[in-house]
Amino acid sequence: MYDLFITPFSEFEFMRRALAGVLALAFGAGPIGVFLMLRRMSLVGDAMAHAVLPGAAVGFLISGLNLFAMAAGGMVAGFVVAILAGLVARTTELKEDASLAAFFIISLALGVTIVSIKGTNIDLLHFLFGTVLALDDQTLILIAVNATVTLFGLALIYRPLVLECVDPGFLRSVSGAGAVAHIAFLALLVLNLVSGFHALGTLLAVGIMMLPAVTARFWARDITTMIAIAAGTGAVAGYAGLLVSFHTAVPSGPAVILVAGAIYAISLLFGRVGGLIWQAFPGRHLEA
Amino acid sequence: MTEQLRFRNLTLGYDRHPAVHHLDGAFAVGSLTAVVGPNGAGKSTLFKGVVGAIKPLAGSVERNGVDPQDIAYLPQVAEIDRTFPINVYDMVSMGLWRSKGLFGGIGAKDRDAIEAALATVGLTGFEQRAIGTLSGGQMQRMLFARLLLQDARVIVLDEPFNAIDAKTSADLLALVRQWHSEKRTVMAALHDLDLVKLHFPDALLLAREPVAWGATATVLTDENILKARRMCEAFDEHAEACVVAA
Repeated sequence: MYDLFITPFSEFEFMRRALAGVLALAFGAGPIGVFLMLRRMSLVGDAMAHAVLPGAAVGFLISGLNLFAMAAGGMVAGFVVAILAGLVARTTELKEDASLAAFFIISLALGVTIVSIKGTNIDLLHFLFGTVLALDDQTLILIAVNATVTLFGLALIYRPLVLECVDPGFLRSVSGAGAVAHIAFLALLVLNLVSGFHALGTLLAVGIMMLPAVTARFWARDITTMIAIAAGTGAVAGYAGLLVSFHTAVPSGPAVILVAGAIYAISLLFGRVGGLIWQAFPGRHLEA
Repeated sequence: MTEQLRFRNLTLGYDRHPAVHHLDGAFAVGSLTAVVGPNGAGKSTLFKGVVGAIKPLAGSVERNGVDPQDIAYLPQVAEIDRTFPINVYDMVSMGLWRSKGLFGGIGAKDRDAIEAALATVGLTGFEQRAIGTLSGGQMQRMLFARLLLQDARVIVLDEPFNAIDAKTSADLLALVRQWHSEKRTVMAALHDLDLVKLHFPDALLLAREPVAWGATATVLTDENILKARRMCEAFDEHAEACVVAA
C-alpha cells in the first residue's frame, strides 16, 4: 500500500516536483474553470490555451528553452488575444466564441510552425504536451506564483465577477466594475494557461481547468462549494494521474487529464445534482 | 415643484433613428408617474436614457444631484442567468451594492434588512432556494426585494407587472404606493390603463413624440389615446436628418 501510494514520491524528486506543480496548478485553475463554465466560456479557455503557444514559441525562437522568455512570450500573446477578444465581444456584433475560434486555429498553426523552425520533434512534443516530470525550480516557482496571484485576484474581483455572470444588467446599473472584472478575469485565465502550458502543454493545459469544473457542477448547487470541489478534484486527479503514470509508464500529462476525465465520467453518472442515474431513478415525488 | 429629473429637448434612439423624439418636461420629486404608450413608443428607451444606459442623440437629461448609479432600475427583460448557482438570499443582498461595494461586509443590521425585504415581498422561507427554481411571479418578487434594499430616491420600473398574476401585481403595486408615500420619485411603464387611472396620479403618454404629460385624468383621454395609436411605429430607413431646432 505504502509502496503503491507514497514511495514514488518519497523516492523520486522529479515525482515530488511534479506533484507540487500539479497541486498548485489545480488550486489556481479549478476556480478559474468554474467561472469559465458558468460564463459559458468553456471553449474560450481552450482557444486561449492555443493563443499562448505562438508567444511561447517566439520566446523559444529567440532564446531557446529559457523559461522566462517562453513564459513572457506566452503571457504577452495570451493577454493580447484575451484583451482583443474581450474588446471585440464588447464592441462588435461578433460573439466571443466566433472570434476566438478564428484565433484558436491560427495560433496553433502559427505556434507549431515557429517551433519547427528552430526545434526538433521532441521540442514540439514538449510544447504540445508539456513536461510535468521535468519541472525545474524556476518553473515550479512560476506555477506557484501564478496560483497565488490567481487566488488573491479572484478574491478581489469575486463580487463583480459573480454578479456579471448572473445579472450583468444590474451590475451595469449600479457599478462600472463589470468591465474591469472581466478583463482581470481574462488576465488570470492567461496566467493559469501559461502555468498549464509548462506542465501539461498547450493541448492539455485546459484539461486541469475544465474537467474539475464540469465535475463540480454535478455535485454542488452553489458556486462556493463548486469552486472548492473543482480545486479538490484537480488535486486528486493530479496525484492519481502521476501515480498511474509512474506505475504503468503512461505519459504523465495525459494520465493526469485521463484521471480527471474518469472522475468526470463517474460524476456524470452518479453526481447528486443532475447526474444521469439520479435523473433515471429520481425516487417517488414529494408531497409539496 | 422641486424637479428630480428634467428632460431638455431630449432625443434618444439607436443608429441615429429617434425612439424618443424632442421630449421636454420634468418629474417632480416624489411624483408617481405611469409611462404609457403602444409597443415601440419609446418607453424602455426613455428609461434607459434616465438611468444613463444610453446617451442622448440630442438634448439632455438633468438628474439634479442623483448619480445614475443611485437610480434603482428594473428592466423589462432582466438579463438574469437563471441557471447560475446562486440563492435568493445572495441575489437580494446585491441590492446593497451601492453601500457595500466590492468588499463591504454584510453585518447583522444588513441581514435584518435583507430578511425584512424578503418578508415584505412574501418570500420568507425562500432564502436558500436557487434562483432557477423560482416561478415568474416569485422572480419578480425577488427583484422587488432587491429594489427595496437599494433604497433609492428614484425608482424606474419597466413593465413591472407583465405576465404576473393579479395577487402578485397587487402586492407589488402596494410596494410602489409605499415608495410614493415615502416621497420617492417613481416611474413605471404600464399597459393596464385602468390600473394607471386608479393608482398613478401622473401619466406620460408617449408615441415616440410625447403626446401628453400631466395629471392622469387629463392625459388618458380617448382623444390622446387614439392619437398615440395612429403614430406610426416603423422607422424609415431613409429618413432625412431632423431639422427641428436643437
